[in-house]
Amino acid sequence: MTAPSSHTAPPGFDIDRLIGDPRTRIIVCCGSGGVGKTTAAAALGLRAAEQGRNVVVLTVDPARRLAQSMGLSSLDNTPRVVAGTDDAAGGSMHAMMLDMKRTFDEIVEAHADPDRAAQILANPFYQSLSSSFSGTQEYMAMEKLGQLRRADEWDLIVVDTPPSRSALDFLDAPQRLGRFLDGRLIRLLMAPARAGGRAYMRVLSAGFGMVAGVLTKVLGAQILRDVQTFVSALDTMFGGFRERAEHTYQLLQTPGTAFVVIAAPEPDALREASYFVERLANERMPLAGLIVNRVHRSAASRLSAARSLAAAENVDDARYPLAAAVLRLHADRMQVQARERRLAEHFTSAHPDVPVVEVPALPEDVHDLDSLRVVGDCLATAAG
Amino acid sequence: MSGRDTDWDGVRLHVVTGKGGTGKTTVAAALALALAARGRKVLLIEVEGRQGIAQLFDCPPLPYAERKVAVAPGSPGLPGGDVYALAADPEDALLEYLEIFYNLRRAGRALTRLGVVDFATTIAPGLRDVLLTGKATEAVRRREGGGSRRHVYDAVVMDAPPTGRIGKFLNVTAEVAGLAKVGPVRSHADSVQNVIRSPQTAVHFVTVLEEMPVQETLDGTADLREHGLQIGGIMINMVRPPMLRPAELAAAARGTVDLDELTIGLKAAGIEEGREVAGDLAVELTDHARRTVLERRERRRLAAVGQPRYDLPLIPDGVDLGGLYQLATTLREQGAA
Repeated sequence: MTAPSSHTAPPGFDIDRLIGDPRTRIIVCCGSGGVGKTTAAAALGLRAAEQGRNVVVLTVDPARRLAQSMGLSSLDNTPRVVAGTDDAAGGSMHAMMLDMKRTFDEIVEAHADPDRAAQILANPFYQSLSSSFSGTQEYMAMEKLGQLRRADEWDLIVVDTPPSRSALDFLDAPQRLGRFLDGRLIRLLMAPARAGGRAYMRVLSAGFGMVAGVLTKVLGAQILRDVQTFVSALDTMFGGFRERAEHTYQLLQTPGTAFVVIAAPEPDALREASYFVERLANERMPLAGLIVNRVHRSAASRLSAARSLAAAENVDDARYPLAAAVLRLHADRMQVQARERRLAEHFTSAHPDVPVVEVPALPEDVHDLDSLRVVGDCLATAAG
Repeated sequence: MSGRDTDWDGVRLHVVTGKGGTGKTTVAAALALALAARGRKVLLIEVEGRQGIAQLFDCPPLPYAERKVAVAPGSPGLPGGDVYALAADPEDALLEYLEIFYNLRRAGRALTRLGVVDFATTIAPGLRDVLLTGKATEAVRRREGGGSRRHVYDAVVMDAPPTGRIGKFLNVTAEVAGLAKVGPVRSHADSVQNVIRSPQTAVHFVTVLEEMPVQETLDGTADLREHGLQIGGIMINMVRPPMLRPAELAAAARGTVDLDELTIGLKAAGIEEGREVAGDLAVELTDHARRTVLERRERRRLAAVGQPRYDLPLIPDGVDLGGLYQLATTLREQGAA
């Protein structure tokens, strides 16, 4: 065995083996915003479906035209058949868009009696929590994933994670919401209502006095009353939230789950990918590989940037405008390619075991099934 | 004073947004540098906890304090200006707010340990945004002590959340109104909103010439206009210089590249293996031409917004400090600062 050099090529990421393996039941597509997560999720789902698997793709916030290409026109939490999928191999493709408020409402309805559920759903604080709290989308995406998995109607679920600032939010936000709904402070807020005279409760109540005082100052009294009503109405469901979040979290650690990290060949996106890969390892969550999306590659790499540029300077622009333009263009492309390679090598030297596949930048945006198939083909052939 | 008109002379708060991946932070930093030229003092604020500014300016992570990160070029007779930077964090902003308005610094520390600050910014989703925009508007209004009463900062540039969240982020009153109908947060939000809705504030959109970012720019500008906010410039980032003449471009986009002509030209340029590489190079050319045609279409769509547009060149090797100065100069040359 030779020691790996710093530029050892990463192992190829064999997409077809991943989606073709019947043991793969969940694929989670993660990455920072703007790298093409939704497109990758849709392309993987379509390819798997056309190879014979029964697939559902759960998207969170797709671009309008991409959603339309999958026949999705509204956030309605209902998996719909994607028309135009080739079912010759016996597979099928469904897609759905997450309705986070609806998902939250359903959890409430499932866990509280009708009266109490109605009370919770009407609470102003609940309404803002369920439609705009920053971790709610991630929590509900996880919840929906858990529901789809338990329903067991599909043999492969592909999840597109919410468009967070950081890929880590998908893992952290649900627990944050769970902790919040379940936590110490909420109990503190409820304490005056049920302080049974035990000594430590009196201490807590004193603490509560200060906390409530400050919160009232900052937020006004109404919001605190809303929170307290919400909290007491939700009392029966306590524990439920954290438990549910933990349950889905564990689902992500099972062997049937595969994480696919998506990045663009840019320093920020690859840095995010790097954090995420390390985090997955810490959490013992199964990473399948990295997709580097929208890379620029040249088929004429034997002609270097330097030589190309020198030749462009030499040639008489007026007599040979085509060659001059082509040479400058090529030099530019070689520079971009070199930079992207350096960035990818940087990632691989930190994570030498992570399989990598590159998808070339396509001239046009992806918004129909044919271009999704092209992306799928690129994913599969590039690994070879 | 600068003695020269720019497109945004009355603006003191520059909010920079854009779709993820379009280079929003880079453009915000370049704009701050451009505004700071000729002896002015500019504060650059980031609000998303990414430490993107520190990475760009190649300095250690920024604390919750205003630190000088760069000196902008001067001009004859005028010293260079200064760019200060601040990584605004909602928790620190809340503690500061408690101290300023209620003299509650020590209680604030105790509350942090209990997790109350996190709790408060969590139960009132708008609170987080009010605190962050509040920090920016406070810097806009801040004046020097003593007799001068001059503004401390000539301009404030905020590297704001991406296009998808910007409307909500800036529309703080509405967001908080849903929670607190009266009370201190509400009045704080109102004063923040007065600055954001005034002609002192402009929201700039960063985009690249691709379909999705352009669509988000169109949607975002329409949305903000509806909310009565002033739209600033459209910063078109990563623009590649035109390399082909119109006739060649059209031919290449159709996929008809004259390989013989190309080979002869390559040989004349000293590329001996011209014939072998011509085919591959022609593919690159067609690729480029198709993309250029699409970029033109996106440019026309952006023109419909009716706001000034500024081109920022693609820096093929990635943006370092030198690249940032180059972008700042380009912005100044086009009148953005």
